[in-house]
Amino acid sequence: MTLLEGKTVLLTGSTGSLGSAIARTLSSAGARIALTGTNNEKLNNLLMELGSSHSAHSCDLSKFEEIDKLSDTVIEEFGSIDILINNAGVKKDDLLIRMKDDDWFNVININLNSVYKLTKNISKHMFKKRSGKIISISSVVGFSGNPGQTNYVSSKAALVGFTKSLAMEVATRGINVNCIAPGMIDSEMIDSLNEKQKENILSRIPMAKLGSPEDIANACLFLGSDMSNYITGQTIHVNGGMAML
Amino acid sequence: MSDIAERVKKIVVGHLGIEADKADEKASFIDDLGADSLDTVELVMAFEEEFNCEIPDDAAETIRTVGDAISFLEKQQS
Repeated sequence: MTLLEGKTVLLTGSTGSLGSAIARTLSSAGARIALTGTNNEKLNNLLMELGSSHSAHSCDLSKFEEIDKLSDTVIEEFGSIDILINNAGVKKDDLLIRMKDDDWFNVININLNSVYKLTKNISKHMFKKRSGKIISISSVVGFSGNPGQTNYVSSKAALVGFTKSLAMEVATRGINVNCIAPGMIDSEMIDSLNEKQKENILSRIPMAKLGSPEDIANACLFLGSDMSNYITGQTIHVNGGMAML
Repeated sequence: MSDIAERVKKIVVGHLGIEADKADEKASFIDDLGADSLDTVELVMAFEEEFNCEIPDDAAETIRTVGDAISFLEKQQS
């Protein structure tokens, strides 16, 4: 499959289970990927697995100066970025009345503020070449709400508004901006749930199973390819029917 | 015509895809040359690149015509 032959990708959060599945899928589709993350060992392992046509960049997305450096480095190295995937995300769950200010700010900082900064940098570059695909990973809970996750849910819902507004701003420049909203995916994001919570979730999924990281990666492949050229400002829900929106 | 004026006009003509004689100094990017708000941002970015300078946002907002751009850049480059 060579849907992304010759395309370059900047992917944040590359070493998580979602990120690495996206990297593998896009790499097999012919894309050249700038992998980013904070764990150098995992980054290097992924780079070794995918091959040296890709590149790996350690970047702390909570620091704007590191985001600027990442943007400049990747644009210089690849000459062009065709697809930006804002995948990095963290969660620090607690009920609002017990939530620590730091946990609020950290989640908003990584999940939303870094998307603002990185997307701003990269969209400037995409303006000039009159094309580009910007994909942000939201979440089903950004639509449904979820107790104990006011910070995470706020950030994921915000990405949808961000995406719609930016999509309108850049639509005439050949840049597509979309979201993917995963449902319950078999990844580290749900590892912390206990069995009862998992059962409860499964009972709310019509397909009665968790999604795989590859399900999300396939949606990225579609939104990153020319197959989706007339789609912008949208969210693709990949959730086994858990929420039909 | 100064060298700066010539370079500014060349950028405007190229970016907005207009005929060279339309880009006179009184021409407003938006009202006369068919630019949208993104075009004006992109023009400023293109000026920054061409003249290797930074145009702060508050200054960029005052650049509405070809002449505004030329006089701003002439001042800055002098």
